[in-house]
Amino acid sequence: MDNHIDIQISPNELSVDGCYNYTLDNTCGGNNLFVGTVRNNNKGEDITHLEFESYVPMAIKVLKTIGQESIQKFNVQKVSIHHRIGRVDLKGIAVIISVSSKHRKEAFQACEYIIDELKSRAPIWKKEFLKKGSYWVNARP
Amino acid sequence: MKVLCFGIAKEIIGSSEIQIGGEHINTVSELKSWIHHTYPEFNSLNSCMIAVNQEYAEDSQSLSNGDEIAIIPPVAGG
Repeated sequence: MDNHIDIQISPNELSVDGCYNYTLDNTCGGNNLFVGTVRNNNKGEDITHLEFESYVPMAIKVLKTIGQESIQKFNVQKVSIHHRIGRVDLKGIAVIISVSSKHRKEAFQACEYIIDELKSRAPIWKKEFLKKGSYWVNARP
Repeated sequence: MKVLCFGIAKEIIGSSEIQIGGEHINTVSELKSWIHHTYPEFNSLNSCMIAVNQEYAEDSQSLSNGDEIAIIPPVAGG
């Protein structure tokens, strides 16, 4: 199954084409792509940019496990999960998830499952930079 | 033992890793207590997990010399 999963955590700009091309498959007619980008506002505060940090070897393991779970649960063909670390400016890509399957429904479901699980389990941290100050997202009540 | 620190944990502790010695810490639970006692600011966080050898660990898990241990503050990927 591992040769159907591509995990990348990178300090460099992510490539939508790269993520998507990995999951393209002759047996698949449904290809679902999720791209998470940096927006300029959170809870009424103006954001200038984000910084991501990760415990990379553990994050790769966790994301691989999430990819395996999605293949087992939804019977999809290939999964690609790319996450950025370091500074990401507005409109920059923080995460890309690509899933291919025979039909569309399973690809949609797997893609949503992966981003939800990534957010709750992957050891990745996000710091929001505002015009005044900065803070770690989710860290404090 | 060496403990890796990330995100807000790194900021609170002031370093990306700490060396803990002679504290008689044998379990994840004891390590968490030591962290909260030594760095009270951890009490203001929503949660704090410990990873052992790159996997989330239960409080009862034993710690051995040579384990790769990390403090995992609340995650926020995506």
